[in-house]
Amino acid sequence: MFDGYTTSELMSIFAMQGFAGLSLFSVFVLMALGLAIIFGQMGVINMAHGEFMILGAYTTYLTSGFFQSYMPSLFGGYFFIAMILAFLICAALGALIEWLMIRHLYHRPLDTLLATWGLSLIMQQAYRSIFGAREVGVELPEWMMGAIQVTDLVELPINGLFVMIIALSIALGVYLLMYRSSWGKKVRAVVQNRPMAEAVGINSAGVDRMTFALGCGIAGIAGAAFTMIGSTGPSSGQAYIVDTFLVVVFGGAQSLIGTIVSAFGISQAQSTMEFFLSGSMAKVLTLLVVVGILMLRPEGLMALKVRR
Amino acid sequence: MKNSSPLKWFASREGLYYLALALLLVVILPLALDPFRLNMVGKYLTYAFVAIGLVMCWGKAGILSLGQGVFFGLGGYCMAMFLKLEASTPEATAIQSTPGIPDFMDWNQLTALPWFWEPFHSLSFTFIAIIAVPVILAFVIGFAMFTRRVGGVYFAIITQAIAAILTILIIGQQGYTGGVNGITDLKTLAGWDIRTDSAKTILYFVCVGMLFLCLFAARFVQNRKLGRILVAMNAQEMRVRFSGYDVAAFKIFVFCLAAAFAGIGGALFTLIVGFMSPSFIGIVSSIEMVIFCALGGRLSILGAVYGALLVNAAKSGFSESFPELWPFAMGALFIGVVLAFPNGLAGLYQTYVMPLEDRLFKRKPKADKAEPVSQKPVEKKDEGRDYDPMLDQYSPEKS
Repeated sequence: MFDGYTTSELMSIFAMQGFAGLSLFSVFVLMALGLAIIFGQMGVINMAHGEFMILGAYTTYLTSGFFQSYMPSLFGGYFFIAMILAFLICAALGALIEWLMIRHLYHRPLDTLLATWGLSLIMQQAYRSIFGAREVGVELPEWMMGAIQVTDLVELPINGLFVMIIALSIALGVYLLMYRSSWGKKVRAVVQNRPMAEAVGINSAGVDRMTFALGCGIAGIAGAAFTMIGSTGPSSGQAYIVDTFLVVVFGGAQSLIGTIVSAFGISQAQSTMEFFLSGSMAKVLTLLVVVGILMLRPEGLMALKVRR
Repeated sequence: MKNSSPLKWFASREGLYYLALALLLVVILPLALDPFRLNMVGKYLTYAFVAIGLVMCWGKAGILSLGQGVFFGLGGYCMAMFLKLEASTPEATAIQSTPGIPDFMDWNQLTALPWFWEPFHSLSFTFIAIIAVPVILAFVIGFAMFTRRVGGVYFAIITQAIAAILTILIIGQQGYTGGVNGITDLKTLAGWDIRTDSAKTILYFVCVGMLFLCLFAARFVQNRKLGRILVAMNAQEMRVRFSGYDVAAFKIFVFCLAAAFAGIGGALFTLIVGFMSPSFIGIVSSIEMVIFCALGGRLSILGAVYGALLVNAAKSGFSESFPELWPFAMGALFIGVVLAFPNGLAGLYQTYVMPLEDRLFKRKPKADKAEPVSQKPVEKKDEGRDYDPMLDQYSPEKS
């Protein structure tokens, strides 16, 4: 499949496709972080995660519209406000959903999966009724447009870079929260041994609710970032959910580093193969390899070793 | 078995339920509905095959597959390939640049029939393939996963990914599969025109007949020791393993059984609807099949049939009058079934209607005559134990 390309051309192709893969990587990381927190830490499958992401995207869309009509002078900075709003709205909705639905189902993970699927159907249709079935896009502020020319053949779009920076900072933030804060310590204690954590006085129900809300909030940020590189439609979230689940499971459900590594691997493989094969075959091959590896190594790339 | 004589069985309570379903499907619906509506009921019934498989696989054995659409689709595609080849005779396709191959292949510049299409010239091969292809795939998946003790949520996600892969593959390989339109323009089955009203009515009755065969097969499995082991495995996998049973083998068996049912359903779907397309395979339709089973009652094979009928009828009804409301109703159904009545209609029936029946017919309530739904309380309590990844999985004190 590499016939007919010179080495330097191949290098440029890999660099370009590699960068194209990086924006996919950013979306994967942002979505997978939220999922990994919820699934890895609580064992809950949130099928509506994509819809939470789209909620964040629509929040960004509305914020950008608001800034455009009322505060055009501050338009350059709207994205940061939108990101915070998206986080807060999604986290609040997440906490509400946890209270209404998820907490009754902790001992039935398969049922959570079905219930959140129902939730995702409802949310999708709500978007369709409110925002219409057509995809909407936001207007990028001036400083995010354009590209950095690295060599003659390789140029990097600024919005892609920006999204990647967001993805990595959120990942770092989650790492610090999980491994360097007292709250993270509680979460990990509950994951490793719930009865024991309760016995030492950790409010495990509260930890659960906060974890779920945090995961949904990160999905909201993912949505805000998503608007920078693509347009948003009612069912855009569903398109990513299976890939993201595979990213999480492939990385090892309870390992944040594993999630990032697997997001990187899957997005790079898919994007590089896309240049040489058709898009659909690239995706089929990537997914097949991932499923194949998961069948051989069900615990994922980096599994947390816990005595069971 | 208690009810060894068939006549006695039909007079028993369980037998009467089967008779009532037969009466509904064979007498009432054909008399009440015009051929068009009856054809639609036939289409709904093909989903009931999948739902019965899911009852065995998910309800009894606790293996949730979100990829049943794959097996449904494979069965359907096998049937559709045969019908398409029969419809693409050199005479009928004379205007193509390569006569004698299906039209979509010609559109995609294929000049010869691909090798995997060749055997589908034979009807008997097709009938074998309808069951064999889904079962072989199910065996491969099941063997790889269950012998490594992958279950629960992981299994659900991976089967879902497989549904996604197959859909993308079929859509991408347009020349070999017909792409997103699927395989359309199917005309005859071994010379018999399947598009006429009378053929559609006959196909409906064939479908009902096959459905009852599958129901009896499922009932046979659930009433043997095999069925008891499946239920036991769901509740206390470790204990079953320590009792010397090969848990993986039982899981593979029940997964293959569900795949076979789904394949039969898919083939009948192709015959009844007259085409097959990747939209019946994908993630969304695969997960919808789970709700048929969940609404009917995940432990009741008869409930699954009613669940498939009701959900699909509601879907058609809503889509005709309020298309924008259907996703809300569907979503609410998923949430409601899971939160409020996890044992579905069969569970409600057993709690509210059966005592009425007992009073009406002056019977003493007898647990042993009922469907195994009667084990509900034990079942529900144990369900969480199997999958909870956070805790010691089989700790007995967990509620």
